[in-house]
Amino acid sequence: MNAVAEALRPYTEGFAALTSAHADKAPWLINLRRDAFAHFTAQGFPGEREEDWKYTSLRPLEKRRFVSTQSIPEQIQPALLEPVLLCEQPAYKLIFINGRYAPALSDAVDGVSGLRITELSTSLKHDARSLQPWLTPETIWKRDSFTALNTAFLQDGVLIECDADVHLELPLQLIFVSHQQPQPGACYPRILLKLGARSQATVIETYYGLVGSANFTASVTQVLLDDSASLEHMHIHRESPGDFHVSRVAIDLQRASSYTSHTFNLGGLWIRTDLQARLQAPQARTVFNGLYTVNGRQHVDNHTCIEHLSPETRSDELYHGIIGGHAHAVFNGKVIVAKHAVKTDAAQSNNNLLLSRGAEIDTKPELEIYADDVQCSHGATIGQLDKQALFYLRSRGIDEQSARDMLMEAFAYRLIERIAAPELRAYAARQVNQVLPGMTAVMEQS
Amino acid sequence: MTAENQNVEKLMRGEYRHGFVTDIESDTVAPGLNEDVVRLISVKKNEPQFMLDWRLKAYRRWTEMQEPQWAHLQYPPIDYQAISYYSAPKSKANAPKSLAEVDPKLLETYEKLGVPLHERAKLAGVAVDAVFDSVSVATTFRNKLAEAGVIFCPFSEAVQQHPELVEKYLGSVVPYSDNFFATLNSAVFSDGSFVFVPSGVRCPMELSTYFRINAANTGQFERTLIIAEEGAYVSYLEGCTAPMRDENQLHAAVVELVALENAQIKYSTVQNWYPGDERGVGGIYNFVTKRGDCRGANSRISWTQVETGSAITWKYPSVLLKGDNSIGEFYSVAVANHYQQADTGTKMIHIGRNTKSTIVSKGISAGHGQNSYRGLVKVLAGAENARNYTQCDSLLMSGLCGAHTFPYMEVKNPTAKVEHEATTSKISDDQLFYCRSRGIDTEDAVNMIVSGFCKDVFKELPMEFAVEAQRLLAVTLEGAVG
Repeated sequence: MNAVAEALRPYTEGFAALTSAHADKAPWLINLRRDAFAHFTAQGFPGEREEDWKYTSLRPLEKRRFVSTQSIPEQIQPALLEPVLLCEQPAYKLIFINGRYAPALSDAVDGVSGLRITELSTSLKHDARSLQPWLTPETIWKRDSFTALNTAFLQDGVLIECDADVHLELPLQLIFVSHQQPQPGACYPRILLKLGARSQATVIETYYGLVGSANFTASVTQVLLDDSASLEHMHIHRESPGDFHVSRVAIDLQRASSYTSHTFNLGGLWIRTDLQARLQAPQARTVFNGLYTVNGRQHVDNHTCIEHLSPETRSDELYHGIIGGHAHAVFNGKVIVAKHAVKTDAAQSNNNLLLSRGAEIDTKPELEIYADDVQCSHGATIGQLDKQALFYLRSRGIDEQSARDMLMEAFAYRLIERIAAPELRAYAARQVNQVLPGMTAVMEQS
Repeated sequence: MTAENQNVEKLMRGEYRHGFVTDIESDTVAPGLNEDVVRLISVKKNEPQFMLDWRLKAYRRWTEMQEPQWAHLQYPPIDYQAISYYSAPKSKANAPKSLAEVDPKLLETYEKLGVPLHERAKLAGVAVDAVFDSVSVATTFRNKLAEAGVIFCPFSEAVQQHPELVEKYLGSVVPYSDNFFATLNSAVFSDGSFVFVPSGVRCPMELSTYFRINAANTGQFERTLIIAEEGAYVSYLEGCTAPMRDENQLHAAVVELVALENAQIKYSTVQNWYPGDERGVGGIYNFVTKRGDCRGANSRISWTQVETGSAITWKYPSVLLKGDNSIGEFYSVAVANHYQQADTGTKMIHIGRNTKSTIVSKGISAGHGQNSYRGLVKVLAGAENARNYTQCDSLLMSGLCGAHTFPYMEVKNPTAKVEHEATTSKISDDQLFYCRSRGIDTEDAVNMIVSGFCKDVFKELPMEFAVEAQRLLAVTLEGAVG
């Protein structure tokens, strides 16, 4: 058996087990799964020569054998989730353990008119008709193996639908817990989010690894925003030092809708996230904010792509990275302005602090512009903590480590500042603070 | 006639006064490429064995290589077997008999560039005796250069007279196996320039050479090698124009620069090959590998280029910053008008300590042109205190063109500082309006604004070149706005 087939074997076995254990009711779903899996096996994992994977080797992922999670996992103590739980304000919570929905830990969200939350595992057992429009091959996997893989193994996740003119008062938090298992497992959550015209919502997607976990998550999130809808979307990655994650987020924006993401990559061993926004109609606007802090042997790869497909659209992107230890960070931000998408305003910036010997940063901000009347800019920097600022603090009697901590915090807080709601800002600050002190320790070794 | 015009004229006339050598004996090699053709080229040039071996190694390697597809370019597949690999004098039977038969549009361009009348006939390929090919450039200041100890001669001559230098340096910056086009060039290169500036010598004049593609269906494969020994300085100018021809011509040149300790090389290019007509028919395919090697401490290599021509430009002049404190620079103006496509940029590889690089790239897109900046800044783990500053700006002049930026930054050293910034916008209506309201017509206003946009690059060019470059730009962008 060749190496490629060998790397795919756990998935082939898992797929056979999945299709025999649980028969789908709907014929379209049976076909979809089969097609998606055929697509995945035909394509395999992306090779090193693919431009999108230039700096991220899939070898570590291929070397491991992840079992596709089948069983409903054991319960966990709710207290274990406290570090990532939004407690700054009341919120609706849906909790998944190793990709499987955990109803006992979750809130039943009832009584909010205009909001429907469908948990996928139940829905898939029935006719799953409401899911069909979301799962057409053209829209979801295109050339991407991981989306195909997620589709083939689709079992859990959530469909969130908001009618027109619904303002969700409380944020909705989705927590995906990676929990230690006898054998490392793979899971494939799918999040489908649709906001009707003029609706507003806040969603926090959190990936959290408990002590000792070493699992693989291939998640897919699809967002549809109708005219003038507005979504604040936070992505928190706090996986364990053994966790793998490939995350795909695709956002579709209609007229005058607005999407804001706040991505915080604060953990995991090998993380790849792709954020792709398509601004389909005039006045659509998107803001991508991101912070990645990595150390040890971590590998974090952030790819973003913003497609301006219509006139008068705007995008604003800011990513900050702090890289220590022997970690490797990758940033690739692409902005595409289609023909006739005039009056586009796009700004992108990526700043990195490279703190130790052995650490590496590869950044690539890209512009592809096919229209003339546009304002586009991007910038990228790689550097260190400002020596003058350090000196200033030291001359005021602040010790070296505290001074460095302060400057690093300030650098990270540029992203926290960009969160509008005070409760969410406090939550994000708490997440960052739990990780940053470790960075200073790493720096001292260097 | 304006001072600028006179300058250009002087420059053009000066060039021809010193003349080109027309290789009467060169004969046609049937289109196609195989080992025999490579051997034939080597025999015709009376090359020593090491050259033939090197060419054959390259040829064998080339047969195993794939043409690169990653560039942001679209062109029909090139049939490498349809090209004649040894330049032949063109058939005079098909050539225009006099200027009256030449495309009037072409003549108009010469008029605007300030090309003197007698030059126009040559440029347009009229069947006069002085038609020249890719074989050689004459260098009249040779005596003066020889006094200083500078060797400046056609490559083929260097192979005969200084084989030890050629053997030592050829392929030491761009190895024969480097990339598809460089490998092809290594196998079949016809001629080019060779410059050797010995230790401590400051080259007494700017060296220039004009390459003109003149015969249809002849791929041009120049090879240039410039060596500056310890403490030497040389400034080299390369200029290109091509007459109007309907068929796409392939051009795959290689330029290698070697700068030893404290040496400095300044390499300037104005490239104005035939870009194809307004409908995108014809034009030169320009696939060039240019690389400089800052081998010694405190050495400096600077590339300045103005790319207004060619249907396809694929060109990434690079600098390997090996020596401590070495400096690499890249200044570029690239224009893509009508259906031109340019994928150009640079690579700065920081290897030594305290190395610095500066990149300033200005892209102008008009008509249906597609202009891409593709650059790499790489800081290796041992490159302490490396510093890079990159600025790449794009100007858009029509709703159908494209401007793209693909900068790669790879940093493995925690003392490195790397900055990149890029902007893309169209010519500001406010600026145009301001100029128009002062009675400047649109064409001149656009020229003024574009000149301003490119100023950072033009100021790096030697004076004559700067003048020529500005005029070229104006001619290239004629009618692009308004």
